[in-house]
Amino acid sequence: MGKIFCKPVSLSDQATHYCPGCTHGVIHRLVAEVIDELGVRGRTVGIAPVGCAVLAYNYFTFDFQEAAHGRAPAMATGIKRVRPDLIVFTYQGDGDLASIGMSEIIHAANRGEKFTTVFVNNAVYGMTGGQMAPTTMPNQRTTTSPFGRNVEEVGMPIKVAELISALETPAFISRQSVIKPKYVVRAKKAIKRAFQYQIEKRCFSLVEVVSTCPTNWGMTPVEAVQWAEDVMHPYYQLGDKKSPDPIKDKED
Amino acid sequence: MGKILMKGNEAIGEAAIRAGCLNYFAYPITPQSEVAEYLARRMPEAGGVFLQGESEVAVSYMIFGASGCGERAFTTSSSPGISLMAEGMSYIAGGECPAVFVNIMRGGPGLGGILPSQADYLQATKGAGHGDYRMLVLAPASVQEAVEMVMTAFPLAEKYRNPVMILGDGLIGQMMEPVEFPDHLKTEPSNKDDWATNGMDTRKSDRRNLVKSLYLDPELLNSHNLKLKAKYDRMKREEIRYETYHTESDYRVLIVSYGTMSRVCRTAIDELRSQRLDVAMVRPKTVFPFPEQAVLVASEKESCEQVISIEMSMGQMVEDVERSVRGKRQVHWFGKCGGEVPTPEEVIDAIKALVK
Repeated sequence: MGKIFCKPVSLSDQATHYCPGCTHGVIHRLVAEVIDELGVRGRTVGIAPVGCAVLAYNYFTFDFQEAAHGRAPAMATGIKRVRPDLIVFTYQGDGDLASIGMSEIIHAANRGEKFTTVFVNNAVYGMTGGQMAPTTMPNQRTTTSPFGRNVEEVGMPIKVAELISALETPAFISRQSVIKPKYVVRAKKAIKRAFQYQIEKRCFSLVEVVSTCPTNWGMTPVEAVQWAEDVMHPYYQLGDKKSPDPIKDKED
Repeated sequence: MGKILMKGNEAIGEAAIRAGCLNYFAYPITPQSEVAEYLARRMPEAGGVFLQGESEVAVSYMIFGASGCGERAFTTSSSPGISLMAEGMSYIAGGECPAVFVNIMRGGPGLGGILPSQADYLQATKGAGHGDYRMLVLAPASVQEAVEMVMTAFPLAEKYRNPVMILGDGLIGQMMEPVEFPDHLKTEPSNKDDWATNGMDTRKSDRRNLVKSLYLDPELLNSHNLKLKAKYDRMKREEIRYETYHTESDYRVLIVSYGTMSRVCRTAIDELRSQRLDVAMVRPKTVFPFPEQAVLVASEKESCEQVISIEMSMGQMVEDVERSVRGKRQVHWFGKCGGEVPTPEEVIDAIKALVK
């Protein structure tokens, strides 16, 4: 009997620098599986963000460029415009994409750039040490909101998937989660669709992934999963927000 | 092809296409928006890419992405826009990618004005963005020279895998002059398969390429910076360009001036010499690397009493002139930076005041 489950060719053997309980590893694997399955590794270019995932290129085994904070969609635009045959994706966190890079992501999406964005939302800045992000939940304590996010002062968390879905330009926008196996299966389907739309040169695609950061949330991995399900899922509703095809999947 | 009359900004756009660069990303800003307006029509015709980005910041990364995957790319802007692109320049230098930036300078600081200036000399020559890096900076004094420098900039950027800047004052962009696009300056892009992210399929081996500037290990970052320094040192050995005016005979005053300002100085020198006051000039064509040796040698001439840096800024290049002269002669500054180009009469007065 042959092997029926193995590490994707698109993932390296490098030991991870991500913290215990962090879901970046799961998301990396999903992206790698999708790239393997679609057979595009030889013409894929990933764009690493600033944040924990800046080192993503240590784990993927294809060409990569490293962007500055928030600028990955502009960089991906540059690549895709001059080499439309390459498969390009940005892998960005919430501080990177939803704060300093808001302009770049909105305009790339609005121009209908034919690349894919994997947007990891863990409600906090990770690498800089757990500061408040635009996605931080109301009353959530972080190192820069030590008394909890005060929405009177800094507003409500930004729902990126819904915000970008409001643009008139056709796109595939979906929010998924990877905190439990059932969500992981759906997240993979969405990421695969996102890349397929790119390969078909149909539209911009973005998959927001609700994720955990036990270290900066001050929780055990198990508590973090529970908190994400109890606090983040009700606010960040899962499901497809916009699609060039009729939306079939219903939200949970 | 013969000479045609063209506005500087349009000629710069055309020069890039003639040089073999078919990818342009930009954001409008006075006084260089005509480059984008020209290329919005011309690039599609030439089969190239034209894209108006959402900001200068974004544009600098569009250039980075395009050049990182192995394609020639360039942008144009003016002073405030260049400040925003400076972030990208630092990353491009750190990531060792070629790129060409054109700065058609206007007055500052802040919004300043929209008229010609040379107030971004220090920004251009000392780094612009953060970190230890330099750009090769070419400073044209005519539309023809701007065309030639743009065409030369692409192979230079590829030779060093580093950003190259064309530093022109607003007049270079706005004035019309006869130009010719020399065929011999058209070059083929160098082979980039060993470093560009153009997809593993393009390579025979299974090696992947990585464009990055992050080195968390202090030893690795130090050696990366030493590697970059070696490139800047090589530029100093191989790329210094300048022109001299009347330095072969005796002179009492040596002018150092570049760009449009140097043309006014030429007129002033001719007039002064007709009045029997001998003046000469060194005109840097590269401001980084600066022609230190040429300025030093010219200042050491026995007849030379004083040196003056004449620039459309409040005294920026004068720092490089002082450094080059090494205290052997007195170094002065004359300039204006409100948008007006000093007249030959004003230059003559400034020189006469020196030798009274």
